[in-house]
Amino acid sequence: MATSTPGAPASTGSPTAPGSSLREGLELAGRQYDYWATVYKRTWKGSVVSSFLVPLLYLAAMGIGLGTFIDSDVAVQALGAAPSYLAFIAPGLLAATAMQTAIFESAYPVLGNFKWTKVYLSMVATPLSVTSVLIAHVAYVVFRIASTSAVFVAVIALFGLVDSVPAAVGALVVATVVGLAHATPVFAYSATIRDESSFALLFRLGLIPMFLFSGAFFPVEQLPGQLEWFSYVTPLWHGVEATRMLVLGSIAPGWMALHLTYLLALLVLGWWLAQRAFRRRLSD
Amino acid sequence: MSAADDLPVEGPLIRARGLVKRYGDFEAVRGIDVDVHAGEAFGFLGPNGAGKSSAMRMIASVSPVTAGELTILGRDPAKEGPLVRARLGVCPQEDQLDQELSVRENLTVYGRYFGISRAECRSRADELLRFVQLTDRAGAKVDDLSGGMKRRLTIARSLINQPDILLLDEPTTGLDPQARHLLWDKLFRLKQQGVTLVLTTHYMDEAEQLCDRLVVLDKGVIVAEGSPAQLIAQHSTREVTELRFGVGHHEEMAAKVEDIGERVEVLPDRLLLYTHDGEAATAEVHARGLRPTSVLVRRSSLEDVFLRLTGRSLVD
Repeated sequence: MATSTPGAPASTGSPTAPGSSLREGLELAGRQYDYWATVYKRTWKGSVVSSFLVPLLYLAAMGIGLGTFIDSDVAVQALGAAPSYLAFIAPGLLAATAMQTAIFESAYPVLGNFKWTKVYLSMVATPLSVTSVLIAHVAYVVFRIASTSAVFVAVIALFGLVDSVPAAVGALVVATVVGLAHATPVFAYSATIRDESSFALLFRLGLIPMFLFSGAFFPVEQLPGQLEWFSYVTPLWHGVEATRMLVLGSIAPGWMALHLTYLLALLVLGWWLAQRAFRRRLSD
Repeated sequence: MSAADDLPVEGPLIRARGLVKRYGDFEAVRGIDVDVHAGEAFGFLGPNGAGKSSAMRMIASVSPVTAGELTILGRDPAKEGPLVRARLGVCPQEDQLDQELSVRENLTVYGRYFGISRAECRSRADELLRFVQLTDRAGAKVDDLSGGMKRRLTIARSLINQPDILLLDEPTTGLDPQARHLLWDKLFRLKQQGVTLVLTTHYMDEAEQLCDRLVVLDKGVIVAEGSPAQLIAQHSTREVTELRFGVGHHEEMAAKVEDIGERVEVLPDRLLLYTHDGEAATAEVHARGLRPTSVLVRRSSLEDVFLRLTGRSLVD
């Protein structure tokens, strides 16, 4: 191998300065707006209904149904700042739903664009760069997370559980960050696997345990020692805690900083891995 | 309008020297030299796995070159990939159309990737739909199109940026004869308009129909190069007599006829007798008291060239 192999080891980076390549990436990502807008136009009706129904059903069944059953002085004491089980579970579910939306949107659609529809392949045959393709799709997922979270926040507000606009906006922003922190690593995962059966692993060992054991439904202090520690390392626990603080209006700045740092670190790591995986798969 | 002004090219539009593509231990392309000139229809002919698609992906500036030199429109695709790709039209082997989008949207959305304005995308889309005879399907779902229509739409899409070079990877594989002829007609028209065509195929008739010049690829190397007529003249006889005997008798029969023509090839189902005069050869076979179940005299084709060069047929 006398000659260099540009791009073959995908981690070697591009010859241009990082700043200019990011700007170029954003400019090229903008050219994909029409594509994602068209995709959204074809799917939004179904997603709007479900993004409204899901929080409504959860809050009615668990918040009110289960809540009435378990709301006792002893139980409410364990819920910290939350005055009721409904108030406790609502922000938890907001964060958990953001995670769920993020993971689903970053799983099959990403693999499909490599494997079935090959949308990414036709994109990189044009002047679009690999990074810009990733930026545009992630931006679309951010939009999906933010829009479903906005509906969720509105439903929580309907239940009278958010008392200020800044709290609502803050909860929406943090829920979107929670989603994005899960989306970028899943983008990397979906860009690496060859077969969709690998998603079963992600859903069963990642999504479901996190959904159940990250403090959305009960305070994780209730869990036996090791499980409690499992909760603390899951990104969703940090997301649930941060979202809850905002909705309940009782923010502990130190904890908030820790939660957000954890989520942002995961987001950045996921982005780096996703970019590497996309480069490997699209320019081999 | 054309950005070709940005890329003044002297000499060949595509120039490859010692081009190599390796995937791990597997060497798909093992050092090929290629020149493609403006206005030419150039073909890579070879069986599946010969390295045609790998060569094509490097030329399309999506797959990095492992070793050797490659310049497209005078540029190095490793350094100026986006600039090069802006001037290429790519028609991949498998249709990569978006099922979620309508026929027309597939064109307009794709045009945006090149930075073409929405209004311009719309007008080019309508023009291209007319060209590939899909105007009445503009609003249809891609899923509802036949294989031939999808292929035509893919070609229309690859023309949205008015490319200098159109790359076609196995353009008619999987299409019925009628759809193939319609597609060839479109490609002919493009060629007449001065678009440089580069295509891969494992169909000799396609190569003969479309290519001014071609290289025969086998196992990643070029085994012959020239115009279809040149290749046939160089590597085969004018005519071929195909003789069918009972299954299992061909080896034995080959020995009895091999001195009649210049050469005999034994295929599982028939003998190919290479000769300058097929009818005379047939008469000689009969004169020797041999009774083939069928006889066919035809002109030599690229298939024969390939058989001669590699000992194998193109389509397995």
